[in-house]
Amino acid sequence: MKPAPFDYLRAGTVQEAQAALAAEGEGARVIAGGQSLVAMLNMRLARPTLLVDVMHVAGGAEIRVERGQLVVPFAVRQAALLNRRDLLSEVPLLAAALPWVGHVQTRARGTVCGSVAHADPSAEIALALVALDGTVHLRGRRARRLPAAEFFTGMMQTAARPDEMIEAVSFPLSQEGTGHAFNEVGIRHGDFAIVSVAAIATGDRLRLAIGGVNDTPLVRDWSSLDDRQVDDALNDLAWSLDARDDLHATARYRRDLVRRLGRKTIKEARQCAA
Amino acid sequence: MAFDTKTADVEERIEDGALLSGSAQFIDDLPFAVGTLHAAILRSPHAHASIVSIDSSRARALPGVAAVIDGTALAKVSEPLMVGVKIPIKCWPMAVDRARYVGEPVVVVLAEDRYVAEDALDLIEVTYTPLPPVIDPEAALDVNAYVLHEELETNLGSERTFRYGDPESAREAAPRCIAVKVRYPRNSCTPMETYGVLAEYDPHGTGYDVQANFQGPFSIHPVIARALKVPGSKLRLRTPPNSGGSFGVKQGVFPYIVLMAACARIAARPVKWIEDRLEHLTASVSATNRVVELQAAVEPDGRVTALFWDQIEDVGAYLRAPEPATLYRMHGNLCGAYDIANLSVRNRIVMTNKTPTGLNRGFGGPQIYFALERLMQRIAQELELDPLDVIRRNLISAFPYRTASGTTYDSGDYVRAFDVALNDGRYGELLSRRDQARAEGRLYGIGLTTAVEPSVSNMGYLSTALTPAQRAKSGPKNGALAAATISLDPVGSVTVQIDSVPQGQGHQTVAANLVSGVLGLCSKDVRVVAEFDTAKDAWSIAAGNYSSRFAASTLSAVQLAADRLRHRLSRIAAAQLNGRPEDIVFAGGRVHLNGNPEASISFARIASASHWAPGTLPDDMEPVVRETAIWSPEELAAPTGEDGINSSLCHSFIFDFCGVEIDAVSGQVRVDRYVTMHDCGRVLHAGMVEGQIRGAFAQAIGASLFEEFAYGPDGAFLAGTFADYPVPTVLEIPTLDILHIETPSPLTLTGAKGVGEGNCMSTPVCVANAVADALAPKCGAVDLVLPLTPARIAEFLDAEPAAPEGYQPAAPTTGKGLTGRGRAKVSASPQAIWDLLMDPEQLAAIIPGAHGVSRPSEDRFSADVTLGVGPVKGRYKVDVALSELDPPSSALLTGRAAGALGMGEGTGRVSLTALPDGGTEIAYEYDARVGGKVASVGGRLLDGAARIVIGQFFTALGRRAGGQRTLFARLFGWIGGGK
Repeated sequence: MKPAPFDYLRAGTVQEAQAALAAEGEGARVIAGGQSLVAMLNMRLARPTLLVDVMHVAGGAEIRVERGQLVVPFAVRQAALLNRRDLLSEVPLLAAALPWVGHVQTRARGTVCGSVAHADPSAEIALALVALDGTVHLRGRRARRLPAAEFFTGMMQTAARPDEMIEAVSFPLSQEGTGHAFNEVGIRHGDFAIVSVAAIATGDRLRLAIGGVNDTPLVRDWSSLDDRQVDDALNDLAWSLDARDDLHATARYRRDLVRRLGRKTIKEARQCAA
Repeated sequence: MAFDTKTADVEERIEDGALLSGSAQFIDDLPFAVGTLHAAILRSPHAHASIVSIDSSRARALPGVAAVIDGTALAKVSEPLMVGVKIPIKCWPMAVDRARYVGEPVVVVLAEDRYVAEDALDLIEVTYTPLPPVIDPEAALDVNAYVLHEELETNLGSERTFRYGDPESAREAAPRCIAVKVRYPRNSCTPMETYGVLAEYDPHGTGYDVQANFQGPFSIHPVIARALKVPGSKLRLRTPPNSGGSFGVKQGVFPYIVLMAACARIAARPVKWIEDRLEHLTASVSATNRVVELQAAVEPDGRVTALFWDQIEDVGAYLRAPEPATLYRMHGNLCGAYDIANLSVRNRIVMTNKTPTGLNRGFGGPQIYFALERLMQRIAQELELDPLDVIRRNLISAFPYRTASGTTYDSGDYVRAFDVALNDGRYGELLSRRDQARAEGRLYGIGLTTAVEPSVSNMGYLSTALTPAQRAKSGPKNGALAAATISLDPVGSVTVQIDSVPQGQGHQTVAANLVSGVLGLCSKDVRVVAEFDTAKDAWSIAAGNYSSRFAASTLSAVQLAADRLRHRLSRIAAAQLNGRPEDIVFAGGRVHLNGNPEASISFARIASASHWAPGTLPDDMEPVVRETAIWSPEELAAPTGEDGINSSLCHSFIFDFCGVEIDAVSGQVRVDRYVTMHDCGRVLHAGMVEGQIRGAFAQAIGASLFEEFAYGPDGAFLAGTFADYPVPTVLEIPTLDILHIETPSPLTLTGAKGVGEGNCMSTPVCVANAVADALAPKCGAVDLVLPLTPARIAEFLDAEPAAPEGYQPAAPTTGKGLTGRGRAKVSASPQAIWDLLMDPEQLAAIIPGAHGVSRPSEDRFSADVTLGVGPVKGRYKVDVALSELDPPSSALLTGRAAGALGMGEGTGRVSLTALPDGGTEIAYEYDARVGGKVASVGGRLLDGAARIVIGQFFTALGRRAGGQRTLFARLFGWIGGGK
């Protein structure tokens, strides 16, 4: 369990990091907290030719509020965001979802943008970003911004080009009268979600986002959904997903969770909104 | 002299300073010789395959590589490992000609460092011919099953039947027969530290010198020596000062001792090998999986008059030492805590394409009690009795007790333990919690179990697997020696050498407490050495850390040595103090005559007298420099002619009850309360006993709810990381209430019995009984399979609401492997698409990551392809055969891919349909199996990865055929089932 040989660059600036990515091409990979990448390196599942470490770039860990958005740059660790004093009022869904990301130990190292870049189908941060219509700030030779829903293109696959790194992700600040809730079932505390559910309720409107089932977070909106319709709507949603059997859960169990966890999460979000 | 448990209770552990400060030295921390080479092992990705050829030329050419060694080279310097039952299979530590489980070593690379060694593994090309995998133990016994070991002509390694009392008559007389059939899964207690070996070979006479974190039993030492073709004296085996947990598992390092020692001999250089976690989970050892049919003849009041066991034990690919010990360790106590005089047993041992099994905490107990105690609950359910009454009516009530199969239960008071536990109020509380929960519509159940926990194994129990005639021929085997040496140095300080090879349990502390108590010293003044050296220490085949033998067995040897030493020192002291030896008192680091503490001499002066002034010793007395005691319990006789076997010396008792609730949303089992009552004889150190119970309980919760070494139907190993082998963390472990009574063992000098394995035996079935009770109002009596995952529980809950009209599943459900289907529309004619698919040059451009495609024959393609998802990429050799060609409409593709990350094989059918607009609809269906590393560590993502790779192929195909980008953006979304 030793990685194959690779080069390592500790970037001092975003420009230096981006230039190194552009020069190396497909073989380059940004390393931030390394909580997924290092395990893949050690198992030789990933064999990058160059690792560009962005954790020493000045300013990369400073969270800011900008034009109604909470902007989280590339070197912000998950623990730092979770410990942010106003997070519950700024982005309550993140405050609810982040404790489900790995363990205390992995959150102390793992970064928010790293999780987004990794694009694991079970990732809570990706789910929250898509559920909230967040934005991914990419930096190639030019900067560009992508809506989260367009960024995630498949399992561990994103719209980022080989010469681009994530400079930040931004989450819209919460509006008055909106309720948020998040729930998840994993095998153990901190495990990959078998199913995770985020619900956002505003007046009659309802949004549900499902993680852990399809290759990317799935979002469903209803303009109104009364209590009698919820079960049918969730059953339709459950069957429309691409649930599969794996070692830990059956397709049927995943559909069960979409129905039961969905109902619970909708109820909690509506209570929050009221 | 009696052991002072009062002071021992408050003793801090001698071991903890080094362990907690990080200064403890483990095998990977030890210095190694100049010129040492580092080993890495190439392992079979196949469950079952012939090894056709091994091309290691590129690996040998890599700078830094010193040697590449395969099974054929190994066989030139070694012999196959001995097999416990006399069958003609060859059990090598590395595959010779045929690989029989995923993870079986195939090639060892020795290099200047581990990185280079692993780089070299990637350069070795092994050609395999896959053989039919045999995975299910019952299917392996089918007459048509493929045979793993041709010499044996069957997968049945051993079959024996036993009959004690008159079980058939009891069954005829009984009004009811009640039976269960259970399957116990493979699991392991997964020590934190993996295996490690440092091996050297001296061709000039001293032979092999090996350091390994082996734990015993040292009955394995002759097995290793014989495999290496040296007398035992030429195999020096040492253990490091610390070992990071074992739980039995580190017994399984021994094939690697043979392998690395042989490699050191071949390369003429010292070799170091440290197992990594993937290797450990895939290919160390685990508990056996077992299929058990257990039947009871039952009276109307629940009294059991006979038991009928039919066990199929799956030991994996080789019946390797010390198996079939898992099956026979419990042979003497197959009736558990119950007084059942009639017993029938059929034991079959079967080999399948899985990793060979070995020691694992609880060793044989979890399998037995899962069947026995599920049966006791079933009896209560079927007879509509209180399960407490069924247990109580069957409990053994007088001791010592002779079991039907010949074991003596040394001591106990099961009825009192039962009553003390039940009268303490906790059980009543559980009943009212269950009533309340059920009134609220929640699923709450109570589980009960008893267990008899055997300790200090009879080294002869394994020979019960042989027939009496075979035993007569090979000579009797029995006993359980323990050895301890106490040395006095020239300043009179005391060193104790013990034979128990601890892995963190605290043996040094308890031994120091004992010896200091006998000699009137402070325990911190007594050094206890627990690292083991077969070249220097007193030891026997029974040495080591297994069968919970330390407190009962090793400490009896320590007690014996300390008492003898004290007796001899008393004579020296008596001579100097002008008194009688029996009046000498040892206290506070001094010795004096009873009643005259003022006239005392320091202990050191007496203890060092033999070094400095042997002339001052009493006449006829030998110098006192060290005392080695060998303790041998005479009760452990060899199996009788009637197959009676006293399989263990000591028998602790456990009575557990718990309450669980099944979460209505997730189906997860939450243990609400858990109470465990223990009688482990004399408690020598309350803190350590508690630690043992809590540790076993935590691991048992893993076995109950989380852990399984899962294999696919094709033999792929699916649990190669701690994400897929989910060991519970502190957050998943419920609180535990521990109760004790003490009935000291009359057969050990300490009165102690084993305590470390009991909850591994009792807790999985106790939790399962509680879950069954929770489901009973809804489902009646249910059959449960461990681990009790929420997906399994969900099957018992409400029926699934129907799918909406028009629902189409994303994949055909074959129930195994990766399956999928999809459709794509391409704006080119079927003939144009067909031509593309049949042209190697065009395919090279279409297949994602292809480095070249060739067509060695009309209906075969070969390609070198980089496949992957996101950052996960691997290079594979792909071979595809075309058949059922119907140009330009359909074809069947059968393919195989192999690379460093593993291998895959599968079939796919592609059909092309012309569309009215001139385009083509491509429909495909595939069914694939993936093995090797990628299946072991990436199972969660494989399905998605397959869809992505296939999606990439069709996207490229469409683009090549002239389709429009916008169309293909849409098409991409279709792939994987029209979502």
